[in-house]
Amino acid sequence: MKNKGTLNRVLKYIKKYTPKLVLSVIFAAVTSLLALYIPILVGNAIDMAVSAGNVDMAGIAREIVKIAVCIIAVIVSQWLMNVLNNNITYGVTRDMRNDAIRKIESLPLSYIDSHPTGEVVSKVITDVDQVTDGLLMGFSQFFTGIVTIFGTIGFMLYLNWKVALVVILITPLSLITASFIAKKTYSFFGAQSKIRGEQTAFIGETLGNEKVVKAFSHEEKSIEKFEEINRRLEKSSLKAVFFSSLTNPSTRFINNIVYAGVCLFGAIAVISGGDGALTVGTLSSFLMYANQYTKPFNEISGVVTELQNALACAARVFGLLDAQSQSNDDENAPESADISGRVSLDDVSFSYDKSRTLIEHLSLDAAPGKRVAIVGPTGCGKTTVINLLMRFYDVDSGKISVDGTDIRNMRRRVLRRSYGMVLQETWLKSGTIRENIAFGKPDATDEEIIAAAKAAHAHSFIRRLENGYDTIIGEDGGSLSQGQKQLLCIARVMLCLPPMLILDEATSSIDTRTEMKIQNAFSSMMRGRTSFIVAHRLSTIREADVILVMRDGHVIEQGKHAELLEKGGFYSELYNSQFKK
Amino acid sequence: MNTSPLYAGFIFDDGRTDLKNLLIYLKKQRRECILAPLFKLLEACFDLMVPLVVKAIIDNGINGGLGSGYIVKLSLILVALAAVGMAMAVAAQYFAAKAAVGFATDVRSALFSKMQYLSYSEIDKLGTSTMITRMTSDVNQLQNGVNLVLRLFLRAPVIVFGAAIMAFTIDAQSAVVFAVVIPLLSVVVFGIMLITIPLYKKSQSGVDTLLKKTKENLDGARVIRAFAREDSEIDEFDKHNAALTKIQLFVGRISALMNPLTYLLINAAVIFIVYIGARRVDGGFILQGSIVALYNYMAQILIELIKLANLIITTSKAIACGNRIGDIISGVSQTLDGGDSKIARNKIEKKNDYAVAFDNVSLKYTEGGDEALCGVSFTVSKGETVGVIGGTGSGKTSLVNLIPAFYRASGGEVTVDGVPVDDYDKKELLKKIGVVPQKAVLFSGTIRENILWGNESATDDEINRAIISAQAWDVVDKKGGLDYVIEQDARNLSGGQRQRLTIARALVKNPEILILDDSASALDYATDAALRSAIKELDSTVFVVSQRASSVMFADKIIVLDDGALVGVGTHDELIKSCEPYREIYFSQYPDEKEAVR
Repeated sequence: MKNKGTLNRVLKYIKKYTPKLVLSVIFAAVTSLLALYIPILVGNAIDMAVSAGNVDMAGIAREIVKIAVCIIAVIVSQWLMNVLNNNITYGVTRDMRNDAIRKIESLPLSYIDSHPTGEVVSKVITDVDQVTDGLLMGFSQFFTGIVTIFGTIGFMLYLNWKVALVVILITPLSLITASFIAKKTYSFFGAQSKIRGEQTAFIGETLGNEKVVKAFSHEEKSIEKFEEINRRLEKSSLKAVFFSSLTNPSTRFINNIVYAGVCLFGAIAVISGGDGALTVGTLSSFLMYANQYTKPFNEISGVVTELQNALACAARVFGLLDAQSQSNDDENAPESADISGRVSLDDVSFSYDKSRTLIEHLSLDAAPGKRVAIVGPTGCGKTTVINLLMRFYDVDSGKISVDGTDIRNMRRRVLRRSYGMVLQETWLKSGTIRENIAFGKPDATDEEIIAAAKAAHAHSFIRRLENGYDTIIGEDGGSLSQGQKQLLCIARVMLCLPPMLILDEATSSIDTRTEMKIQNAFSSMMRGRTSFIVAHRLSTIREADVILVMRDGHVIEQGKHAELLEKGGFYSELYNSQFKK
Repeated sequence: MNTSPLYAGFIFDDGRTDLKNLLIYLKKQRRECILAPLFKLLEACFDLMVPLVVKAIIDNGINGGLGSGYIVKLSLILVALAAVGMAMAVAAQYFAAKAAVGFATDVRSALFSKMQYLSYSEIDKLGTSTMITRMTSDVNQLQNGVNLVLRLFLRAPVIVFGAAIMAFTIDAQSAVVFAVVIPLLSVVVFGIMLITIPLYKKSQSGVDTLLKKTKENLDGARVIRAFAREDSEIDEFDKHNAALTKIQLFVGRISALMNPLTYLLINAAVIFIVYIGARRVDGGFILQGSIVALYNYMAQILIELIKLANLIITTSKAIACGNRIGDIISGVSQTLDGGDSKIARNKIEKKNDYAVAFDNVSLKYTEGGDEALCGVSFTVSKGETVGVIGGTGSGKTSLVNLIPAFYRASGGEVTVDGVPVDDYDKKELLKKIGVVPQKAVLFSGTIRENILWGNESATDDEINRAIISAQAWDVVDKKGGLDYVIEQDARNLSGGQRQRLTIARALVKNPEILILDDSASALDYATDAALRSAIKELDSTVFVVSQRASSVMFADKIIVLDDGALVGVGTHDELIKSCEPYREIYFSQYPDEKEAVR
């Protein structure tokens, strides 16, 4: 049972809150039992008011004092129970989300690259929310419900077992109905949540790129497609919502039957007198029970449907949490390393899709401080080389080593921190400019940050921003231009200055005037640092110690600029095309 | 944490009336909206009759001595009431579900449509993740709210007031307590509601922050790992998460008061009923069964109130969500093709004969912000190729974004074919213009579907021609044809492949004006050169935005921008002699030629 497994996992999250849970259960019991005791006290009082002139006011006053004490105890324990339940559920939600973010940080890049962002986000946000809703309802109503049911049965048996039997015999019907509906509902909820996921993915894609949609006047088409999914969702939701809402009327009906039964047998027991006789006050208590008896069943069945939905969502959350994490780092690997920067690729093969080869038998040896330029037509595998160097992906065969150590035997953070990386895609986190520049070195001083910004030629535009270095960058870089974002990415690396550099189209969005200045900074930065540069600009390429010319995953030419030109091969073709007008 | 100012800035109205804008979507469900509460009402009426039957059983059947026959008869009436009540309830649930789901579906559609017609500045202001939350969890909460409201909002008052009225018919003096307790209960229930609604709004914005962080961590996985900042990202997420939990607990503590307080009031009333009722029995004004009936009515109110309390929590959440959705739906899109432009169209006059003309144009993105462009003027004739070059942040993208009126100029006038862009019907204007944006975005679907974005009615032949011109033929070929399925975010294509397909998408439109906004940045020089010569073949007026002198030097006219100002217009040969910023750019890329030109 997959369902049961999910439930166990949810219970594991709750385990941490056992003391609170125990207290909550105790308060639930106190609340329910005292609340059930009140109708008996009221019944006693009613029995003391038989008819005109036949009323025991002093006795009634005594009962009233008892009732008042019960009321106060009930409200205090009920409030505490609610607060505890909030604590537990919101705590579980927090824990689940904390686990999710940890998972996300340890997922292999291949998972992130192959799953739509919107889908993962919806698991962490929407699904966890649904789990909370289910749990909160579960806690606040499940225990009180259970205690109330058994408490009621106990009190009824104590008052009169025959009438109690009427209630107990009709009860199973209520349970059967509730579980039947719950089962039906679960599959409807599953169908609903599938379409919902599809819709969320579509929404994410469209709204995420709304500007493109608008530029092509594609709004109507998008709306059309949205409508199609939306209508399907409507149908599926209607089923899920309607069936789940049948629980209430059905159990209430059964309860009303119980109520009628109590009236019938109770009243007859009152007039029959004798051994099993009832008083009117006891009948009144019975009726009160029969009335409140509806509530726990409604609630429990409501909880059951809500929990079904919550479990369906929890299963999706666990799907994320169970995804294979990247392999663990070698425990014996050193925590830090003094890397000189010799990088060698030894007969490396790799492909994303195992049915289609990409990089095959790539070998390269870069001595410390050397500059390696990778050039070639788009899609030839340049970016893939970077994925492998940074160990975002592991090689299929062969090995990559840094200073003679296989990078698989190094700690990832040690390896990665020894590279400074500037990618074509400029990602900045939401936060201040200062935070972004200091991303690789959070304890950097203001002087260091400004120096890095100056080195990246970002200082002048940052200074012109309204809040300077404290300007908050919105989602996805917000109002900064692509080029400005790239300057910040460069400043980010300038601050750390690791022994090796990876520059992927690093300056593609920067104007050449600025770029020239940056190039100078880069040149001095690259001095003594092993650098891998995926470049289109010849100025960068010309100064390289080795140029790898790639095509379809293979290195077809390798050498210095002049040598390659002389050779008159693919490289010289690429180079000369620049001047074609 | 910066969602709230963004969000606050988006409230166009005072924010209170926004819910009203949503209620019109309930109109379509009018039948269901009337039927659901109506059936609930009937069910409630049947429920209210039950204590009267019980009173009759006690007073007549037991104490009055009418005997077991009478009791059986009345018990059967109870069963009948239960059956009819159930039928009513099922009908009510159905109509409520139908109305709520239908409503949510329509709101979602309306919201999505609205978002499709937001202007660029509004999209900037609102942010993607906020838009997504509105569309997903907010609408879901709204649906739950409507469903519950239809089911319970009428039932609860009917039971509460109905029970009070019934109590008065039994014995006015004992029933006085109903008149006291009900207003007190309302104060408690609505008071808590008023306090919690703004708090729920706050907690929802905490959820927004978490959503943003999650998305950010997925999008930035490479960079975060490259800097080995996983742990600090986790810490930051934990911090936001803890803040959210704190708000949630605070709201929870307040709304947890609801049940105990209502319980207290009701049971105080029960004490009163027992005490006064007993004295009234003692005085011979009422019979014992009446106390039982009054007690029953009070109990009914309690049960209904507990439901009402839960309902109010759901409703206050739903109202908070509804307001936020309403904010967006009621926001007036600044560039809507409303009546204004239609009227203007009737008296349209061509102001000049240029394909594109800028007359002293300025642009500010935000009120009080710096000018991204100031006082830019130039003209472009039909069929000309225009290069736009300048430093990072010099306003190149801003300039070309004004041609399709993505943003509205804050000063001056932009004309296309002699007509001010603001006077165009937006669609008509966009029909003339093909844009290849900086960021190469493709959508999940086949390559064909993506290219068809440019021109729905393009034949495969036309598509292929566009693909060949865009130098994307090898992509299509390698991937196995036009039916190759592009995944979300085009993850199965490289940056260069994406870029070329976005160019094909614009070319298939056969646009009068083609705008290439630094669209060749991921292309190697060979491909770039081939693309350039292919574009040269077109009759379109072409704008090429680039950092590379090589991409613009062949243009008929080059516009040089520096810090938002136009510093030079002319051909390469003219500019190289006269325009210092241009010379700097050029020689930075062709250092060898510096000597030659001098």
